[in-house]
Amino acid sequence: MDGPATGAPAVNGATLGLPPTQTAASGMPLTHGLAGLLLLADSRLPAGGHAHSGGAEEACRTGAISGPEDLARFLRGRLATAGRVAAALAWSACEAAQAFSRPDKESREPGSPASSGQARVADPETAWRLLDAEADARIASPAQRLAGRTQGRLLIRTARRIWPSTALETLARAVPDGAHHPIALGVAAQAAGCTPDQAAMAAAYTSVTGAATAAVRLLGLDPVTVHRLLAELPYDSVIAEQHDWSALPAHAAPALDLLAEQHLRTEVRLFVS
Amino acid sequence: MTKALVRARAILRTGLDDRGLTRIETIRSDPPLTLRQTAPGEVHLVSTGAGPLGGDHLRLDVEVAEGTSLTVRSIASTLVLPGAGRSLMEIHVYVASGATLVFAPEPTVLAAGCDHRMTTAVTLAADASLFWREEIVFGRHGERPGRCHSRFDATAGGRPLLRQEFVVGDPEADGSPAVFGTARCVGSTLITTETPAEGPKSEPREAEVAEGVAVLPLAGPGTLVSALAADAVELRKRLSWGESRVSVQAGSPARATVGLRPPASRFP
Amino acid sequence: MSANHDDHHDAPDGHGRALRLGIGGPVGSGKTALTAALCRSLGPSLRLGVVTNDIYTTEDADFLRRAGVIDPDRIMAVQTGCCPHTAIRDDIAANVDAVETLEERFGPLDLVIVESGGDNLTATFSRGLADRQIFVLDVSGGDKVPRKGGPGVTSADLLVVNKTDLAPMVGADLTVMSRDAAAVRDGKPVLFTSIREDRGAHSVAEWVAGVVDSWRHQHSHSHLS
Repeated sequence: MDGPATGAPAVNGATLGLPPTQTAASGMPLTHGLAGLLLLADSRLPAGGHAHSGGAEEACRTGAISGPEDLARFLRGRLATAGRVAAALAWSACEAAQAFSRPDKESREPGSPASSGQARVADPETAWRLLDAEADARIASPAQRLAGRTQGRLLIRTARRIWPSTALETLARAVPDGAHHPIALGVAAQAAGCTPDQAAMAAAYTSVTGAATAAVRLLGLDPVTVHRLLAELPYDSVIAEQHDWSALPAHAAPALDLLAEQHLRTEVRLFVS
Repeated sequence: MTKALVRARAILRTGLDDRGLTRIETIRSDPPLTLRQTAPGEVHLVSTGAGPLGGDHLRLDVEVAEGTSLTVRSIASTLVLPGAGRSLMEIHVYVASGATLVFAPEPTVLAAGCDHRMTTAVTLAADASLFWREEIVFGRHGERPGRCHSRFDATAGGRPLLRQEFVVGDPEADGSPAVFGTARCVGSTLITTETPAEGPKSEPREAEVAEGVAVLPLAGPGTLVSALAADAVELRKRLSWGESRVSVQAGSPARATVGLRPPASRFP
Repeated sequence: MSANHDDHHDAPDGHGRALRLGIGGPVGSGKTALTAALCRSLGPSLRLGVVTNDIYTTEDADFLRRAGVIDPDRIMAVQTGCCPHTAIRDDIAANVDAVETLEERFGPLDLVIVESGGDNLTATFSRGLADRQIFVLDVSGGDKVPRKGGPGVTSADLLVVNKTDLAPMVGADLTVMSRDAAAVRDGKPVLFTSIREDRGAHSVAEWVAGVVDSWRHQHSHSHLS
């Protein structure tokens, strides 16, 4: 087994040792948004996520997941498909919320990163409904759409109290039944001070952690083994800048659709999805 | 491979004749994309020559005019082969108001070593009807497939209806119980349905699920039948079952059934 | 089903909404039976809603629906992902959503009962979810349970010891339970019942009615000034 890597702490130490005034090229402190990211990605965030397994419960029931190896394949596939789509939606939502929150419209003119997004072409409520429709078009399974909206609604409710923001209020008004979770996450991330990349990271990460935790609970897997799987996943590979909502990634996962629909029809179930 | 890279663009357009019936207005073949009219309002894709091969760039444009009906099928499955670089098949479709398109070619088979990209963009007028079946087979018998990345985009009345991408041959997703599981084929059929009526009386459309296949009412006016299977025969059987369920659910409205009857299966 | 109403969100003080009563306790102690009994006794006089937290599927909700003690639409089931205590204590989002949905659909309500999934002796409700809570024990768990305490036994607003009819059979001494409970509960009430014999759990219902009454007086809109 690998012991604690001896090289890594030195590298991290060098980074962490920088004076807090040190800034990145953007002019922001290097730690900008990180606290919000940690809070949003924490499984203890009281937003209902703990009751969703992302198809893992049904996969455990049918035997598609029975141990760490197939759990690893499940998580990799989930990240590469649903995770990629969630990350793109969260990125876009966070960027749009940033654009809406800028007091000065001029700052959205060409040259500013927000200018290429679609947020500026519409009023905020219309824009949120449009992005939500783009999410809908990427989620064929009604069971998954319902689970996504439920989680989104709970997250908005929670985030509004933690990080009150105009964008969260507007989103809640625009999609009263609950926006899809990655959109809620992106807007909450903006309210929490995160960048679009951080919002996308939170979405990519939470797209697999619920399933991993569910497998630990349901199969009694060694939690350290499972956390190692989580640590080895290529989160960065599913995060990219997005500037055209209609062209956002749309990676489908037919097995997840089947699992989600079967899950709703399974009599004994512990998780909502 | 010494074959020259192919650039082909085939075009298919319908119009109304004097009696108000559909006629094929434009049928422009461009080998290897060869089109043959086989019945009134029905065209078959006849592949002349193998492929696509790596490096080929094929494009098919389909325009179904207002009030007309078109069915597009193919004679045989499409075998995607390796070659010099990536092959591309792009399909652009417009279905006008009151028009109907049934697009149900035979499967695309990804031979070992291929590197294929498929893009389909379907633009539906608000009251256009569509039956669109797509089947992808991961390699010939006993063969590991090459790479394929497909993207399907459909909008209806200017709103996104369905956007889905499949990536085959990606080590991250292949064999994942979350994506294709142990299946060797993936298929889906998009069928437009009436926009769910507003109001408390409208029955919510129920999803249905059976072994390896789900009937999934979309958020917009359509239903997706999505299936996974071990082979092409089983895949078609599962899709056909799901397609028949959509007709059942659609009930009486003529639009949803007449003209959208699934093409007769080549498989028993 | 929209529950994004401003008046619910930022009103944790409870003005203008129903009393939220948590019912917790170990598996099999009679939480669902007590919930049904309260619906039976209080249904005629109070506007009720019920949220169940089932461990598996929607069994408790289905039991209540079959019992016919309340309009089935007024029962909502919440799934808890293997962790019934998480859903009532650490991450109450799904339960709050269910409560608010009931209030929005059927409100105004007087009382929403949130029945927890059966768990262990340490499970208690967050104050963000339940305004008052009842902890239900039964005698067959042994008469030492009150002495052992635990947050549920010590802090619940009301401790209910159920299945007193079984006491002689399981060798439980109700006097001991009563004395031990009093010792750890700092004067808060304890009621002994046998819901099998008293299908309305009348002593408990009376306590709940009193709590609802004083909640109304404290939190009515006219009192906002």
